Amino acid sequence: MKRTVYIAALAAFVAGSATLTQAKTLRMAYDADPVSLDIHEQLSGGTLQLSHMICDPLVRWNNDHGFDSRLASKWERLDDTTVRFTLRDGVKHHSGNPMTADDVIWTFNRLKNSPDFKGIFTPFKEMKKADGNAVDVVTDGPFPLVLHNATYIFPLDSKFYEGKDGRGRDKAEIVKHGDSFASTNISCTGPFTVASREQGVKVSFKRNPNYWDSNSPGNVKEIVFTPIKEAPTRVAALLSGDVDFIAPVPPTDLERVRSGDGTELVTKTGTRIITLQLNQERVAAFKDPKVRLAIVHAINNEGIVQKIMKGFGTSAAQMSPKGYLGYNDALKPRYDLAKAKALMKEAGHEAGMTVSMMCPNNRYVNDAKICEAAAAMLSKINIKVDLTTMPKAQYWPKFDERAADIMMIGWHSDTEDSANFYEFLAMTPNKDTGKGQYNSGNYSNARVDEMTMKSLKMTDDAARSKVLQDVEKILHDEAAFVPLHWQDLAWAARKGTKIEPVVNVMNFPYLGDLVME
Amino acid sequence: MKAADFISFLLRRGVQALVVMFVISLIGFSIQGNLGDPLRELVGQSVSEAERNALRDRMGLNDPFFVQYSRFLGNAVQGDLGNSYFFKRPALDVILDKFPATFELVLAATLIIIGLSVPLGIYTAINPHSWITSIVMAVSIVGISIPVFLTAIFAIYIFSVQLGWMPSFGRGDTVELPWGWDSGFLTLDGLHHLILPSIALSSIMLPLFIRLIRGEMMEVLQSEYVRFAWAKGLSKRRIWYVHALKNTLIPVISLGGVKIGTLIAYTILTETVFQWPGMGFLFLEAVNRVDTPLIIAYIIVVGLIFVVTNTLVDLIYTLVNPTVKMVGSGS
Repeated sequence: MKRTVYIAALAAFVAGSATLTQAKTLRMAYDADPVSLDIHEQLSGGTLQLSHMICDPLVRWNNDHGFDSRLASKWERLDDTTVRFTLRDGVKHHSGNPMTADDVIWTFNRLKNSPDFKGIFTPFKEMKKADGNAVDVVTDGPFPLVLHNATYIFPLDSKFYEGKDGRGRDKAEIVKHGDSFASTNISCTGPFTVASREQGVKVSFKRNPNYWDSNSPGNVKEIVFTPIKEAPTRVAALLSGDVDFIAPVPPTDLERVRSGDGTELVTKTGTRIITLQLNQERVAAFKDPKVRLAIVHAINNEGIVQKIMKGFGTSAAQMSPKGYLGYNDALKPRYDLAKAKALMKEAGHEAGMTVSMMCPNNRYVNDAKICEAAAAMLSKINIKVDLTTMPKAQYWPKFDERAADIMMIGWHSDTEDSANFYEFLAMTPNKDTGKGQYNSGNYSNARVDEMTMKSLKMTDDAARSKVLQDVEKILHDEAAFVPLHWQDLAWAARKGTKIEPVVNVMNFPYLGDLVME
Repeated sequence: MKAADFISFLLRRGVQALVVMFVISLIGFSIQGNLGDPLRELVGQSVSEAERNALRDRMGLNDPFFVQYSRFLGNAVQGDLGNSYFFKRPALDVILDKFPATFELVLAATLIIIGLSVPLGIYTAINPHSWITSIVMAVSIVGISIPVFLTAIFAIYIFSVQLGWMPSFGRGDTVELPWGWDSGFLTLDGLHHLILPSIALSSIMLPLFIRLIRGEMMEVLQSEYVRFAWAKGLSKRRIWYVHALKNTLIPVISLGGVKIGTLIAYTILTETVFQWPGMGFLFLEAVNRVDTPLIIAYIIVVGLIFVVTNTLVDLIYTLVNPTVKMVGSGS
């Protein structure tokens, strides 16, 4: 008996030292830790970052805006409304249960019931089991974004969530604001498991010893994740060597991290567009496209990127960032003060006006400073701006009320597709369909509405791209909103922690593949 | 002091504490609408208004103020202050979990304050013209005018980043004591992590205490009985350290006790900068997330701490200065 234990231990030791010779511990700090271990509870960057650490999606984004195979080994479109995903064989969940088509379908149905995720999956009618370890996704009508949405399907271990927990509650239940089994326990297929978690203080992850992806170069055996809320402290922790990897890096410290002896900075052009919206219902003058164009021409967004963002952004003339189907190469930022003044004169508003403006002060990078600059720029065309800034918690209710004439909104497309921008920011607001939910300007153009909806039924990328780019052109020409910039992303690490290959514009680093020297 | 007096004193204080906490809860509850919409922090941005409203209904947030408050009071008298939205656990448990971290930080800062302010205060009072006095007074003026978070960031920059002597954040290793008390006092790593935060926290009160003790001491040194003691030919030491010091400390204790209480308020900034996992940091996070049950529970707990510290100060005051009768014990 003793002998067998000894041999087993020895075997484990030998096996362990063979595969994990360079096993490393990664100490990392983000600005916040995940709210829950239930990856279907809240649709947020934090949840997706966690999802990619402990689970795997069917497919995932690569840095060329394409898809890489994960738990789906291949996929093919069967007809206009059906896409078949063939699942990888021999994948096991953390609990040891095999990952099956039933797990994928169970996960899909759970997503359809999650208040946060159901919106993304509305066009998906159902998911059916197919022959040979595969599932069929059926959409109601042709739908171009099946793969985009498949990046949100991280198959969970359905057997693990069967039945009731010790307090008689359904283990699979999604509970928003309360304690649930799923919010503190998770089993799926990913590279790491949660070893311990003290919320708001520390999460420890351990490498999944049975991880299916034997090609992964990742050699991180343990992760110690600490949320560090204050940006200067986070940067100090990296510079002093207390942590190996941090994100986000504030613009004021980019240079220090870049030029630091032991540190390295990685930045990427982000996909979050920052805009100002001009409320046509509150201010009659904003109904006139000339006034809106004058405002767009008066705001030097390139200057904002250089001076306030310290180059940490890309000035924009449209919503879609480069790489998206809707990105229209012809549209360029158009700061021109003389033209802005001329437009105001043409519109009969040479004398100017007084308007109110509201911005958050802790939501986007330098949000309040950007608004102060924009207000100063507008004063040059005699628009006097009465600016109020506030924390995001108070800002969103104000935004819902449409409480000011000009409001700031930043948007990242959940589907990584252009149509999502138009659906939320540019379509005519409609309480029933939920379209235009964040269009506080009340901009409305039937063609934009129609073309956006049409684009969501087109499966031919080339034709679709044309439609989406035309929408950008209309929004641009009519100055539907004031484009500012796409916010960059930045990560920083100690030298030897090779983060460059694993970070991406979606901002969910694939830490399973991280190599540390 | 008679036992009956003592009990009646404690009873009065108990009633006072209840009134204070009731008023705090009412104020906390009535301002919660201005803190923002908790739903925004609980759901993703693209979730529809209808979906959010359904959730608000389920959480009882759409009920009228009076209904919500009476429900809160009903639960509160049973010791249930509601569940934190973020931690998904009873708010009181979350706070009590973080209490040891804050308590140890405040205790360490208090020890630094007492350990430095008493000798420095006395020295500067006895030797008003010494060059050390000039330096101490100059530094204390600077110290009193620099905000805590600035001191903290400078300390991190110099001692962690440049010199690499100190850890930049967190509490380090802790040891679990009985009753779930997580102590950082018992490990070297924990003590190491404690140095910068406790110095930063003490930096705001230390100059104040030095000046307070110095002022009181100088005043006492001018008083009749000290002059009489000189005339009587008592030794310097006896006059300074026994007769003068004793009377110096009486007002220092009463004011100091209250000031130490306000240190708790400064922990909010210090803990945030050092990512110290205590109550103050928790509170600021709760405000950012509009975690209303946690916010209200925090202010009630802190209100209670204030009442308790003040009671203790009054008790000590009576012990040190027998001429003062216990507040509330009648005449």
